[in-house]
Amino acid sequence: MSIEIKNVCKNYKQTTALDNINLTIDNNKIYGLFGRNGVGKTTLLNIINNRIFPTSGEILIDGENVKKSSKALSKIYMMSEINLFPKEMKIKTLFKWIKSFNSEFDINKANSLLTCYKISDNIKIRGLSTGQSTILKLIVGLCINKPYLIFDEPVNGLDANHREQFYRHLLEKYIEDPCTIIVSTHLIDEIANIVEEVIIIDNGKIVVQKSKDEFLSEGFAISGKSDIVDEFAKNYEIIDCEQFGMTKTIYVIGDIPDLIPNEIEISQLNLQKLFIKLTNQREG
Amino acid sequence: MQINTNVDKPIFQQIREGIEDSILQGYYKEGEQIPSITDLALRYQINPATALKGINILVENNIVYKKRGIGMFVCDGATERLFEDRRNEFFDKYITSLVSEAKRLKLSPDDIKKMIERGFKDEH
Repeated sequence: MSIEIKNVCKNYKQTTALDNINLTIDNNKIYGLFGRNGVGKTTLLNIINNRIFPTSGEILIDGENVKKSSKALSKIYMMSEINLFPKEMKIKTLFKWIKSFNSEFDINKANSLLTCYKISDNIKIRGLSTGQSTILKLIVGLCINKPYLIFDEPVNGLDANHREQFYRHLLEKYIEDPCTIIVSTHLIDEIANIVEEVIIIDNGKIVVQKSKDEFLSEGFAISGKSDIVDEFAKNYEIIDCEQFGMTKTIYVIGDIPDLIPNEIEISQLNLQKLFIKLTNQREG
Repeated sequence: MQINTNVDKPIFQQIREGIEDSILQGYYKEGEQIPSITDLALRYQINPATALKGINILVENNIVYKKRGIGMFVCDGATERLFEDRRNEFFDKYITSLVSEAKRLKLSPDDIKKMIERGFKDEH
């Protein structure tokens, strides 16, 4: 049980959006897909979900090609920024409509979530505010019970309270009924504790694909007097550097050594900091 | 038990230490059940795999044990083992940093001794 992304490339005229992507999404884990604006995250997710076609390469869901198998495609639900629900439909009709071709859709849970977010099921889709429309898409995602759930920028436009509420509901859904979840977001700090695996895309390429713990343990910061820090950082791949008066902080990739000189301080980075340092560097 | 996402310490370590502290403080007695992975994940809004990683260290160290299908329980003798471990860690964790800060502030061993005695008195 997995999503396999094999040698996927996507070209738009002169530009390369995705450059030979190879990824395996394992079963029943929560993945964080991170990357700066315009690096190809949404393009990749749209290809996985067969909304657009790759220039070359293929997507296999549990071994079946999404382009050729509707069964494979039916295992994925993707929540994205565009609203694909009929605008004139009322929410309660929408739920029945979804249920009619997704027998696994949990209407009771969807209704209780609606109450949670204080939205009436008697409103037409077009009558929803931007935030409410996002919430509705999230609720459908949380209740549709497919083995693969993709959330592309799920919390855009939601206030802090609703964002927290969504993370809680997502985690509850995952715990009650484990499935594979991919969340693409710029709010890395907010989702950091929920994800188990990290994928980072930069310039159309996968630059990181590991468990969060493994990724976090690879980078650290060295602070202290400039010359000592420089000497110590010599053996590492440097990703960033900050000078402050006589002291310096160097961000490096590598294992934290057992022996640390007294004059310097070592600190671990959190997911968002490590992401920023890593992707800043690549920008040049 | 508090989980702080703003500190450097990995969450699974905080879970492990949090449970250990709770055992040392007597919240969970030997033979009693500790929160499940699900409880921990929901309570602290963390991935269940993270909670599991913390708990697994406790299992490896014979602090808690799993009863299949029921839950996790504090091992017999866990409290004593934890006291022992914490005492062994005490020097590295507290004394080393105390001495290095004392040196920076030019405090003598005698000064520190007096302060420690004062600290013990103020406790009561």
